[in-house]
Amino acid sequence: MTDSTLLLLALLVPLAGGLLLTLQSNSPNTRDVISLVTATLLFLIVLSLYPAVLSGDTPSIVLAEPIKGLSFSLEAEPLGLLFATIASGLWILTTLYGMGYMRGNNETNQTRFFFCFAISISAAMGIAFAGNLMTLFVFYEMLTLATYPLVTHKGNEDARRGGRIYLGILMFTSIGFLLFATLWTFNLAGTLDFQPGGILREHVGPGTAMILLTLFAFGTGKAALMPFHRWLPAAMVAPTPVSALLHAVAVVKAGVFTILKITIYIFGIDLIADTGAGTIVMWVATFTLVVASIVALTKDNLKARLAYSTVGQLSYVIVGAMLANAAGIIGATMQIAMHAMGKITLFFCAGAIYVATHKTEISDMRGLGYRMPFTFAAFFIGSLSIIGLPPLGGSWAKWHLLMGSIEATQWIIVAALLVSSLLNIAYLIPVAARAFYMAPDSPDKGPTTIAEAPLLCVVPLCITAAGSVLLFFFGDSLNQLISLIPLRATQP
Amino acid sequence: MIEQLPAIQLLLTLLAAPICSMLRNGDHAWRLATAATWLSTVVAIMLLIQVWDGGVISYQMGGWPPPWGIEVRIDELNALVLLLVTLFGSLVITALRESLRGVMRHQRQSLYYTTFLLCFAALIGITITADAFNVFVFLEVSSLSTYALIARGRDRRALTASFRYLIMGTIGATFILIAIGFLYMVTGTLNMQDLSERLPAHWDNRVIQASLAFFTVGIALKVAVFPLHYWLPNAYTYAPKATTAFLAATATKVSLYVMIRFLFDVYGIEFAFEKMQLSTILVPLSIAGILIASLVAIFQNDAKRLLAWSSVAQLSYMVLGLALLNASGITAAISHMFNHAMMKAGLFLALAAMIYRVNSSKLHDLAGIGRTMPLTTGAFAVMGVGLIGVPMTAGFVSKWYLISGTLDKGWLPLAALLIVSSLMAVVYIGKIIDVAYFKPAPPQHADVREAPLSMLIPCWIFALLTIYFGLDTRITAGLAGRVAQSYLGVS
Amino acid sequence: MIAGLFNYWIVIVLMMAGLYIVMSSGHLVKKIVGLNIFQTAVFILFISMGKIAGGTAPIIDSAITLYSNPLTHVLILTAIVVGVATTALGLAIAVRIHEAYDTVEEDEITAMDAQSLHEENTASLAAESDK
Repeated sequence: MTDSTLLLLALLVPLAGGLLLTLQSNSPNTRDVISLVTATLLFLIVLSLYPAVLSGDTPSIVLAEPIKGLSFSLEAEPLGLLFATIASGLWILTTLYGMGYMRGNNETNQTRFFFCFAISISAAMGIAFAGNLMTLFVFYEMLTLATYPLVTHKGNEDARRGGRIYLGILMFTSIGFLLFATLWTFNLAGTLDFQPGGILREHVGPGTAMILLTLFAFGTGKAALMPFHRWLPAAMVAPTPVSALLHAVAVVKAGVFTILKITIYIFGIDLIADTGAGTIVMWVATFTLVVASIVALTKDNLKARLAYSTVGQLSYVIVGAMLANAAGIIGATMQIAMHAMGKITLFFCAGAIYVATHKTEISDMRGLGYRMPFTFAAFFIGSLSIIGLPPLGGSWAKWHLLMGSIEATQWIIVAALLVSSLLNIAYLIPVAARAFYMAPDSPDKGPTTIAEAPLLCVVPLCITAAGSVLLFFFGDSLNQLISLIPLRATQP
Repeated sequence: MIEQLPAIQLLLTLLAAPICSMLRNGDHAWRLATAATWLSTVVAIMLLIQVWDGGVISYQMGGWPPPWGIEVRIDELNALVLLLVTLFGSLVITALRESLRGVMRHQRQSLYYTTFLLCFAALIGITITADAFNVFVFLEVSSLSTYALIARGRDRRALTASFRYLIMGTIGATFILIAIGFLYMVTGTLNMQDLSERLPAHWDNRVIQASLAFFTVGIALKVAVFPLHYWLPNAYTYAPKATTAFLAATATKVSLYVMIRFLFDVYGIEFAFEKMQLSTILVPLSIAGILIASLVAIFQNDAKRLLAWSSVAQLSYMVLGLALLNASGITAAISHMFNHAMMKAGLFLALAAMIYRVNSSKLHDLAGIGRTMPLTTGAFAVMGVGLIGVPMTAGFVSKWYLISGTLDKGWLPLAALLIVSSLMAVVYIGKIIDVAYFKPAPPQHADVREAPLSMLIPCWIFALLTIYFGLDTRITAGLAGRVAQSYLGVS
Repeated sequence: MIAGLFNYWIVIVLMMAGLYIVMSSGHLVKKIVGLNIFQTAVFILFISMGKIAGGTAPIIDSAITLYSNPLTHVLILTAIVVGVATTALGLAIAVRIHEAYDTVEEDEITAMDAQSLHEENTASLAAESDK
């Protein structure tokens, strides 16, 4: 099987799996097995793309070319492959977790849930492997639409309101800004292909470059730059598996991934470094990462706190991209991987707590650590990774980002990163600390009996927590993959 | 045989119409009408293949050579329009039988199909004739049949809508007649080719300038260019179910073709747009049309009326594309003419299938229809997405060219406005989709079944074509691009 | 000057009168009458432009040297047929409107239509609030 066919399969397998499982809506067990098999198959397909990419190839396939110079095409390059690996790998765990969660909670419409989930993953694969900006835009919109039914899954007034905000902001920014910037780019450069070193270099002056880049950054509403971050907390009305995979991994990472792609392959980091086109975006992102952390401190609802934490952490990636130097890009890419692993752990924990105790507010969770020791231990590990303390994966990302901002002599950003890390400690550590060190509300229940969530919920979160630790030790091989990303056009 | 194709194209449905009126059995009439329209679709495809490489077919009616005799002339532009009229018309008439059954007596049905065929034949006539006066006659034949078709709507407001359209349409047609009269007065010819050769000598003649003014106003009424769109929303809303699909696909599009033919060929770009500065009127009007009509569409609570207002906005896109006067703009206008005809016909047809079951096009009656009629709603959603202009659908291609056209001119704010209008399209199409999928069905519609196959299949053909023409654009944008090149290359 | 272009002055007067009636009158039948006057003006325009003072019908005969242009006359014959058909259809619809609304005054019809639209809207609002 050629690598180009594999690319196409990466899109089609989840789609086919999704369709197949709708036929099995009457037998939940068969349905969930199909989900699991599809997820594993997809992961294997993504993995089998590695040999080619590691040897420096970029497998690609053109699906259609409706307008001259503008095609729908797929292409595997290191950055996209990394994103695809994260999304497809974590999909397996989320499917397991989702089975436990949905059954544990007796949710309705489970078939629609898993179907939309599969479509979303297919869209995420499309984003990861998009060969040009137009293809990426198509899948970006597909992801928005496919996740909308997931956000409104509960179907009550709250969910509908959240869904409206979600769809409204994402559609408005993507069509209003992203599509506009895309069209403008095509008009300037005559192509939208992702090329090493960028395509805009000869076509824009500093002013236009800055306007374009700003449009792109705000247009990618999924990256949750303030003031377009409101959808992310609003989307927390979704069931927790959705929040975990989509709003900690697939959707939000699709956003920052898009910005990274545009930075590296449309503008080229040299263009941004030379013209200072990223200035506005960089400061907005810096502002976002500090302010979101402060807002997170004020939230008592666990998922809301995690949501604002995500808003802040995404801005790390954007700052890294806008620094426009090698260390910044490495830091940003690592942050995508590390934060995904860490944040999905935290969301899994939040869901497990909800399934086991139906508690959502942090202030109610005192002493729960003894009832759910695994969950809260995992939460603690995930928190440390997000904060960026060794020996956990997150520390590498923060380290490279700091190096990048020092290299770019942006001392204010260095300070902001440090302050934000302190704030991260302030809003994440108390959750686990309360659970372990404070006495429970009602002492008569006794803290000694262990009453964890269903096994299907607890196992995945232990795996991701362990993953956060492992990533620290495999930081170097991750670094090697990232260093394959062509930052500049190859000199002839 | 091959040489006679243009005549066959015209006569096939024109002769089928009176035969149809003599059939007492509505089903037989339907069979005859369907056979005739599909045959003429085949002829249209054969003609398109013949002119594919830029060839021109010139057929002399009765053997009289032009400019004395009446000439039928088919080039790439009207071959595309011909395909539009015949293919989409045939698809609609195929679905028409089920939609009429039960609401109309057999004898009446025959007459209905007769009117339909007359309209169909007249539209073909407008498209292929090379004689200016013939355009007027066929325009009136098609309009008269259209008024009659609209007046058959079940609501009594169909009558007033039809009457209003009749008054406006007749004024428009008479204006066009005056314009043609002026042209003849000065040049002494009615053949379009001949006219375009003789006119440059008379550019400073006030009669010719007045002729352009009369023509523009007259055809703008027929195309429903904002603010002369007054007749359209009611006419589309109250026309009988599937008939709206036919009208939306063909009538305004053929009028738009006449506009292109006269402004670009007969009067010529240099006269109409450079000397008379038509763009300075058409651009602001079409922008206003796009924004205002889209805005009005958002606030409708009747799906049919919503789509009708969307048509006004979409027609303004096409006029804007023409008025931009660059390759991308004209390509956009011509390809959007085809694409929009396809998508709107499909949307109205899918809506007709829904109305067939729930007997209403009010949004609250369509609640939950995504679950009771999943296939119809699925087709509707695909074409709705196409109308918005999502990539990989036909609507994207033409909108892409339109925005490229504005960017080529350096009009960034206008490009931004077009994107805003796309957002509005997201809102109004989203409104229907949201109701269809995410609202519970009212109890009285709990046992609504899927539409009959004879309606469902045409709907899905439209939906699949919407996707096909989003991926393979040789017939639409490719052909339109060549036409645009030939217009701009000459001037 | 004025005398020489007499026909054209008449055309303009009739055309304006016809258009004015179409626009100003609320009575549907009167609207059609106005439309007819408007169309007739155009017919006269066409006939006038073909007519040459002293010209006769185009009969090929050595005695005749000056013809009027027959083409415009033939064209207008077609246009008259179209006009008659339009009038017939318009009147037929007016009759049907009278049956359906019991009036042919546009103001009253508009009011009745607005009334039924209003009722439909309140009905859909009620349906909305039910949910």
